[in-house]
Amino acid sequence: MYTTELSKPGATVQPIAPQEDPELLAAFEARVAADEFIEPKDWMPEAYRKTLTRQISQHAHSEIVGMLPEGNWITRAPSLRRKAILLAKVQDEAGHGLYLYCAAETLGTSREEMIEALHSGKAKYSTIFNYPTLTWADIAAIGWLVDGAAIMNQVPLQRTSYGPYARAMVRVCKEESFHQRQGYEAMTELANGTPEQKRMAQDAFNRWWWPSLMMFGPPDENSPNTAQSLRWRIKRETNDELRQKFVDITVPQAEFLGLTVPDPELKWNEAKGGYDFGEIDWEEFYAVVRSEGPVARERITARREAWTQNAWVREAAAAHEAKRRSRAAA
Amino acid sequence: MSDWPLWEVFVRAKGGLAHRHVGSVHAPDAELALRHARDTYTRRQEGVSLWIVRSADIVASDPDQAGELFEPAADKVYRHPTFYEIPDEVKHI
Amino acid sequence: MPSLPPIRPEDEAVAEKLRPAGAFDAPSDAHDPVRAGYLLRLGDDALILGQRLSEWCGHAPSVEVDLSLANLSLDLIGQATLFLAEAGDADRLAFKRDVLDFRNCWLVEQPNGDFARTMVRQLLFSTWQHMLYQRLTASSDAAVAGIAAKGVKEVAYHRELAAEWVVRLGDGTDESRARTVDGLDWCWRFVPELFEVDEELAAAVQAGIAADPRSFEEEYRAAVGAVLADATLPLPKDQRAIVGGRRGHHSEHLGHLLAIMQYLPRTYPDAKW
Repeated sequence: MYTTELSKPGATVQPIAPQEDPELLAAFEARVAADEFIEPKDWMPEAYRKTLTRQISQHAHSEIVGMLPEGNWITRAPSLRRKAILLAKVQDEAGHGLYLYCAAETLGTSREEMIEALHSGKAKYSTIFNYPTLTWADIAAIGWLVDGAAIMNQVPLQRTSYGPYARAMVRVCKEESFHQRQGYEAMTELANGTPEQKRMAQDAFNRWWWPSLMMFGPPDENSPNTAQSLRWRIKRETNDELRQKFVDITVPQAEFLGLTVPDPELKWNEAKGGYDFGEIDWEEFYAVVRSEGPVARERITARREAWTQNAWVREAAAAHEAKRRSRAAA
Repeated sequence: MSDWPLWEVFVRAKGGLAHRHVGSVHAPDAELALRHARDTYTRRQEGVSLWIVRSADIVASDPDQAGELFEPAADKVYRHPTFYEIPDEVKHI
Repeated sequence: MPSLPPIRPEDEAVAEKLRPAGAFDAPSDAHDPVRAGYLLRLGDDALILGQRLSEWCGHAPSVEVDLSLANLSLDLIGQATLFLAEAGDADRLAFKRDVLDFRNCWLVEQPNGDFARTMVRQLLFSTWQHMLYQRLTASSDAAVAGIAAKGVKEVAYHRELAAEWVVRLGDGTDESRARTVDGLDWCWRFVPELFEVDEELAAAVQAGIAADPRSFEEEYRAAVGAVLADATLPLPKDQRAIVGGRRGHHSEHLGHLLAIMQYLPRTYPDAKW
């Protein structure tokens, strides 16, 4: 799953530090413009390094925090098949978080520093995970909508300019192809099921629809870093372009299931060949970005506890290795 | 607290192919690094063999020297078989 | 607490008569009850431990360890699915039986505790399961032999991974050592149950379906002892054996585990998922 790069609202485009060597900078820009990949040891402007570190680590944090809402249902999955699927999927999120942390580490920030930043609230993660998973249908909805939006965001990132990030995304995209399908399949069962299941399905759809649209980030006019990120090939399409694509693809999928899109303003626009849809509640979006989402505290508390309460395990393994080495040296 | 060191992971996809770099893992030691690599990078039958090496032990060429290291090979066209003209009627060469 | 006495055959006969039709899918008359009962033991052990391990997901000491634990859990849930499908309708068996009809051992239903206890439990169980599956590959029952042959490789890995961790935790820091000793102390009383041969198991051994666990008890003790020695830990003193799981007499923990695991199919009995 993916987070679009989030920065504080109202931030302005970061100017490239004037002390950057103009010749190196020009060469770098030319390479990126020619769709060449930048590799860890290559020269890069500080602002590129910083923006990428922030974006990749946010993406990694989102994968890791994203394990929690779905993990909430592993022990309650309603069949052995669903249990195995869900566990494998959440495990994949762990793997994706790991690939991304490793990609970010090549930029010079350690995993531990990134995790500290997450736990202290300094680093952001996708707002979508600060909503609760209330019923089993939420698991179906997350697979279908949240992973659907994630795929939309991630596919273009396979061609992002930073090599380790692009390679991680190739792996992630390949592995995620089953995530959305399993969600839609689970939703199909519910939408065709008992009245209680149908109710669950529509209710989950109502709750996840708007947060899914928010996953693409603020509208382009309020997305200060978009222009530079596009130029640096850190981003390949704008937030609004991707959001529109998602709506156009998802609405017919909902109709097929007999679900009602919770947007009275949703209407096919023949002229633009896409749907017009209602205004997103951006006040809500920024509130959730500020960690005021309904279960934001639970999420970060769970991550902190997993890290601190198990610190002794990491220390023990390191201590054991140190002992072994000193024994071998003796 | 002691951060586990980083290890680079190489996977042989199937017999006959070379090991290829796939990513990295953190682990306290070599044995667990292998297990972490297995549990992370071969969940979908991606491999039949694993190598791991401490990231700190990798010696890499300097990208700033890429020009002097790799460009001199560019004009050695005579190293490639297509450089040579052999009459069509001569076979098996 | 001393374990309960085994249920007497005459009690079982009464219970059988009182059972409401379709209440659960325990060995039906169409099946060989000895075979079905043994499949339930194998399937329930794997299912309950798989369920326990899945509780770690998202909360492990590092992302890498999270991946490892999920792999163990997925293997076990896979084995459970295969064994239970041989015994009947796997989902019905997993989600519609109550505690008295579960046949797993006490060890696997124990709460995870901390990472040390989880790993000690894994070592004690996977070592046993590995030795058992090795023998079950020669079962007279083709299905059991087939599932064991697939599972034996998975379980060999579980055993090795658990051993690696127990060694690191036992011979790590003072804290990790103390926690590992606690974990061993907690789990040790459930080991004898793994080697208990009651009438039902004796019949399954007799039929060539099951392996007699006593045939590898010594090997097991040596293997576990060797790992503990590497971990610089002494073999714990024997404790009074807690048994009964194979006859449906479990700890209090299993009921809570089932309440969580079975909640959806029980709340919506007509639903398909």
